[in-house]
Amino acid sequence: MVPMLLSGNEAVARGAWAAGALVGVGYPGTPSTQALEVFAQMDGVYAEWAPNEKVALEVAAGASMGGARSLVTMKHVGMNVAADPLFTLAYTGVGAGLVIFVADDPGMHSSQNEQDSRNWGPFARVPVLEPSDSSEALEFTRAGFDLSERFDIPVIVRSTTRISHSKGVVELTRDQARKPVGAYVKDIGKWVMMPAMARVRRASLDERVRQMASYAEESPLNRIELRDRSLGIVTSGVCYQYVREALPGASVFKMGLSFPLPAGALAEFERSVERLVVVEEADNYLESSLRALGLSPEPIGLPEAGELSPGLVARALGGDPPKTRDAVPGLPPRPPLMCPGCPHRGAYDALRKVKAIVMGDIGCYTLGALAPLSSMDSCVCMGASVGMAHGMRLAGQGSERPVVAVIGDSTFTHSGVTGLMDLAYNGSDALVCILDNRITAMTGHQQNPVSGMTLQGRPTTEVDLEALCRSVGVKRVRTVDPHDLAAAEKAVREEVASDALSVIIFRAPCALLIKEMDQPYAVDEDLCTACRLCIRLGCPAISKGEGGKAHIDVMLCVGCADCVQVCKFSAIELTGPACDIGGV
Amino acid sequence: MTGPTVTVMLAGVGGQGTILAADVLARTAVAAGLDVKLSEVHGMAQRGGSVDTVVRFGESVASPITDPGFADHLVAFEMIEAARQLPFVKPGGRLLVNSRVIDPLPVLIGDLEPPTGVEDVLVAEGAIFIDAEELACEAGSPKSANIVLLGALSTGLEFPLELWIEVIAGRVPQGTVEFNLRAFELGRDACGEGGACLV
Ligand SMILES: Cc1ncc(C[n+]2csc(CCOP(=O)(O)OP(=O)(O)O)c2C)c(N)n1
Repeated sequence: MVPMLLSGNEAVARGAWAAGALVGVGYPGTPSTQALEVFAQMDGVYAEWAPNEKVALEVAAGASMGGARSLVTMKHVGMNVAADPLFTLAYTGVGAGLVIFVADDPGMHSSQNEQDSRNWGPFARVPVLEPSDSSEALEFTRAGFDLSERFDIPVIVRSTTRISHSKGVVELTRDQARKPVGAYVKDIGKWVMMPAMARVRRASLDERVRQMASYAEESPLNRIELRDRSLGIVTSGVCYQYVREALPGASVFKMGLSFPLPAGALAEFERSVERLVVVEEADNYLESSLRALGLSPEPIGLPEAGELSPGLVARALGGDPPKTRDAVPGLPPRPPLMCPGCPHRGAYDALRKVKAIVMGDIGCYTLGALAPLSSMDSCVCMGASVGMAHGMRLAGQGSERPVVAVIGDSTFTHSGVTGLMDLAYNGSDALVCILDNRITAMTGHQQNPVSGMTLQGRPTTEVDLEALCRSVGVKRVRTVDPHDLAAAEKAVREEVASDALSVIIFRAPCALLIKEMDQPYAVDEDLCTACRLCIRLGCPAISKGEGGKAHIDVMLCVGCADCVQVCKFSAIELTGPACDIGGV
Repeated sequence: MTGPTVTVMLAGVGGQGTILAADVLARTAVAAGLDVKLSEVHGMAQRGGSVDTVVRFGESVASPITDPGFADHLVAFEMIEAARQLPFVKPGGRLLVNSRVIDPLPVLIGDLEPPTGVEDVLVAEGAIFIDAEELACEAGSPKSANIVLLGALSTGLEFPLELWIEVIAGRVPQGTVEFNLRAFELGRDACGEGGACLV
């Protein structure tokens, strides 16, 4: 078999496929997203994006109950949304195998917080598998389905950014055939969790956890590597790789099954080494679990937050700092930015003009918080903007500066619409702006209920956002093209002036989805007065050039013409393609 | 190529094609029969932020990421990013820099002054400069600047040329193979023996 270079996410997809999974459901979120995108392309499977993670887990639970092995994918914060079904599914158990793939983001490369999903193990009493590279991502996902059926329990496969987004060499194994689904057999004692049945299933759950704990003692998912006995390291996930890199001679207890832990094997490992330490990032999950089991790992002072690296592990255990070149002082930071031609820019340009207090949300449009648009005041979790705008008004804010919520289309269908119902029901007079670019852009362009297309490329119905907003009780609903800056400003001015709840839908497709680029623009230096109005749009194609005059980088300009509309001196005009005019 | 693990860091700005370049490098190392790990970060970084990718290859590679002082090669697609990642390059490591500056947004909008002396620091640290966009235009498309840089990098690695060509041809979008191979060759010539960027 040819060795393949696979990311952890790709390997999870192949592992699920190799296990014969029939159904995959998820909601995008970095660093988990490609797992479902790749699974969706495998032969003979069904895969869909759900509007949010709770629905995703519920769809998969139904499929599992109906007899199909099912995969659920999400990022760490998604598990908060899916936690409600998760806890009770531990009671009911599964039909066919149910694996939940959840990817954490220590260091917050692309997340609003750090969470350690291993904690769901003891919290919900479900097993947690932790692969340490792409090969294990495939093997553990595959094994997860067997464990799920053997112990009648949903299984979590937990990864982190450095597993999901790292590629490694994987030898593909033989795949299992997709089993036909048998007849459904009703069993209310197992599936109807009302108190009398739930109490019975709770006892069963405790018994299943005990069985899994004794399985953990022998499980091939855990591995003891005895080398030099003077140092024994308990570790898991990508931290195992850092340990191997930094201290190749040390003895290691590599946890592959992080819940339940093998108490006996761990105690024996402690006895067989002189010093016992734990190397882990995110929470001190293993260390506190070991202490609870009566073991005494020695504290080594690894950083509490953020990611580890081989160097950090080496230094915590006494290594010398390496020789490095000096850092160059005074470099400007390079924050991510809204793309040239991004339709979100027009909405923020209008909100900035009315000096709105903007309760923000999560997506590409969160970048509107940064200079020069500087038009967002909060970002907490998906859907929070709508409720927070209502709360801001309840606190009495809004008489001087209007209170506005800004939310993307995917975020709105994820969990914004419930907030909007609250505002309509309880008589709020806020303005909610839905930035509808027809796609889930931030995470790499996944389809969602407004896109008209499914994950597997089937055309489908589109949510009628205008009708949806009206149906929950919003009287003032209007739609504008954010690239028409005058119309956008007019709509915002009128709706913040109204004393009823209103929704403005800013609708234009994501600039990265437009294949046919318009001609780029250039600045006529004779006409430019260096007024900086175009620069204040924060378009990465426009910069302050000679004498403070604007300059447009033809390599970057996509010809959206937002800047043409703000220029009062008609100084911005069409030009030719980059290489022809030597514009690189 | 056997022996110790080789670590290559590719640093640039979202949208410059660093991730594709890293993927081609990693696949070439796999094709050469080596163990390989590649680490990249998606997400916020794609929207014009800094993007760093690490490719490590050798007989057996554990960690996908690296630490300051450990990179054998830095391929910087942009000068400010070259300076930012400089501490990662080990003393004696190879520093290959695209002689292009992309000002970050705070500079574009005039909130921060452009940094001064970046080029001087890089020169003092022994950087090799290459104008990848110009060579890419010469090859047929400014978008193949990433492959130009890969060509330049290839002169410091021991993979056979046929392997590179095979991997590039199989990895870049159809219809762009010809100018990407030309871009690779131009980058290779520029940084190979007697090449313009070494004088
Ligand atoms: C509970 C939860 N799930 C997933 C994510 C990851 N995530 C961040 S933004 C986003 C989608 C944004 O899409 P949209 O609202 O359409 O805005 P756009 O990026 O297109 O502007 C997602 C899925 C998250 N932060 N929280």
